[in-house]
Amino acid sequence: MKLFGTLLLMVRRSLRQHALSTAVTVASTALAIALVMAVFNVSQQAERSFTAGDLDVEAVLGARGSEVQLVLNSIYHLETSPGNLPWSLYREVAEDPGVRFAIPYAVGDSYRTFRVVGTTTDVFRDLRFGDGSTLAVRRGHQIFDPRNREAVIGSTVAERTGLKRGDSFNPTHGVGVGADGGVVHDERYLVVGVLEPTGTPLDRVLWIPIEGIFRMGGHKLRGTGEEFEAEAGVDIPDEHKEVSAVLLGFRNRSTGFRLSQLINRQGKIATLAYPVQAVMGDIFNKLGWVNRVLEVIAYLVVAVAAGSILASIYNTMNERRREFAILRALGARRSTVFGAIVLEAGAIAGLGSLVGLVVYLAIGMAVAEIVRSRTGVHLNVLAWHPIFVAAPLGMVALGAASGLLPALKAYKTDVAENLVPQS
Amino acid sequence: MALLELRDLKKSYRAPDGTVQVVLDVPEFTLGASEQVAMAGSSGSGKTTLLNAIAGILTPDSGSIRLEGTDLAQLSESQRDALRAATIGYVFQTFNLLQGYTALENVTLGMAFGPGPDRAFASELLARLGLGDRLDYRPRQLSVGQQQRVALARALANRPRLVLADEPTGNLDPVRALEALDMLRELCGEHGAALLLVSHDRSILDRFERVVDLAQINRAAAGAVVAGATVGGNAS
Repeated sequence: MKLFGTLLLMVRRSLRQHALSTAVTVASTALAIALVMAVFNVSQQAERSFTAGDLDVEAVLGARGSEVQLVLNSIYHLETSPGNLPWSLYREVAEDPGVRFAIPYAVGDSYRTFRVVGTTTDVFRDLRFGDGSTLAVRRGHQIFDPRNREAVIGSTVAERTGLKRGDSFNPTHGVGVGADGGVVHDERYLVVGVLEPTGTPLDRVLWIPIEGIFRMGGHKLRGTGEEFEAEAGVDIPDEHKEVSAVLLGFRNRSTGFRLSQLINRQGKIATLAYPVQAVMGDIFNKLGWVNRVLEVIAYLVVAVAAGSILASIYNTMNERRREFAILRALGARRSTVFGAIVLEAGAIAGLGSLVGLVVYLAIGMAVAEIVRSRTGVHLNVLAWHPIFVAAPLGMVALGAASGLLPALKAYKTDVAENLVPQS
Repeated sequence: MALLELRDLKKSYRAPDGTVQVVLDVPEFTLGASEQVAMAGSSGSGKTTLLNAIAGILTPDSGSIRLEGTDLAQLSESQRDALRAATIGYVFQTFNLLQGYTALENVTLGMAFGPGPDRAFASELLARLGLGDRLDYRPRQLSVGQQQRVALARALANRPRLVLADEPTGNLDPVRALEALDMLRELCGEHGAALLLVSHDRSILDRFERVVDLAQINRAAAGAVVAGATVGGNAS
């Protein structure tokens, strides 16, 4: 124990004497550790967040086309809509006994880059997220009346646009259009409620009655195949109505498989993305090679960090030969000097790992914030992952191993030859 | 029984031109416990080599070095390291203090490889040498004389049985040299340690009751050249 204390003193003094090279090496090691943690944990959290699904939506019904595009557009409010469905198909599916809920979406407009989604009030009753909660408006707020030009907005929308209850806004035609571009509709919507945060993409949506989308100036309905423009004060016949997508929940899995068979195999006008998690999982599977490449890069950076530990210590060996000779003359064994160098290398790696954890948290939180602001998806970068232990331990072991070569040089130091000052 | 006994001690080196130079050829030398002996020797007479051999830092080509009855030749390198840490204090001409460490750490580090660090005793020693208010100073922050006193404290910190001093006052002015010598002798006397000091300074040598001329006990002091002898590193 007393010897270990002496070794620690020797290591501390050496690190302080070579503070600059120590700092640079610790920094490079920290970056390597942060990169490894980020590659392993952030990618896993991203996959988990996008595939586990914080939303209780099992399937998305949409126009014939890509399932991925359908899910990205309807669940994550990314990408463009692949097209529209006839209202009759939505009703048909909604009335299926195996369907637990069917929430229609009509999209195509936005407000300051946030999507405006036309829907029914079912969304506030049936759509569940997280641990099963439904969407809730803030105290004193209310959901929209389908007969009026009213809107309920997500918490992120409120935070970023400054809209609050009692404010009103004009939707812009098209999605992803900024405040300074696009055709602004004449229709003005009153914000009657702001939703409590959900930590899901729902926070980035402005909800209005689906009739509002049907009746928005310039919008043409093609439910029958021919263009139809709604007139104020006149009911819209169901055959003209269209929806962009329908979010579905089932009473049992067999319903999902049956509808999938019916719509995807036998039908030709619609696509059922089912199960949603599998669709998103497929994206990550296809992009798996990107992760492998990132992992290889991370390992290479770790190897470079280990090399920098070796170089930084090895480069001090010549100037430290006299120090080793003095220690030996005082009675230190060769193995003691050897151990001190290996411990020093391991200590640099250990310090780098600690700093790396902090750097990882900074990087992870920055990434999580970017993902949240772009998609509304919440990444938990603090979620436990074995890499939090494996990376520091591996780095310390690798660091100590990279100290073996300089330690061997110290081990071989000739005492008598190096006790006299070197000119 | 003598504390230190040398018998037929020989050490030689290969010179850069390939010839073998005998540096040590000591038929016999003894030093009693608590005895203080000065050894006179000019530069290149092999005095540092002799001290390094006694300290177990160098291994002789032949002959024996017995320290308290233990033949160093029979010990492994790590056993010699342990013996040196526990039994011998070494004072160098250039002090050889560790620059990154404080005065106190220099002293306790010398103890760490022997009986173990004893900060209280190390502090007491430094205070005894007038450095009680300089414990946390690094060598560069100390005068040459103060550095030498730290070196003396380090040599005595392990309560050694033998203190080897290689031109310990060589870097000091005459007044401070005699002061340092008196301190060293006094401390060795207090701790019952024998002292073997080598110097070529007559004023230093004159302070000792027993002075040995290295040229008289070392037949190789003139630097005899012997072909085919066992070789090591460079002579110092």
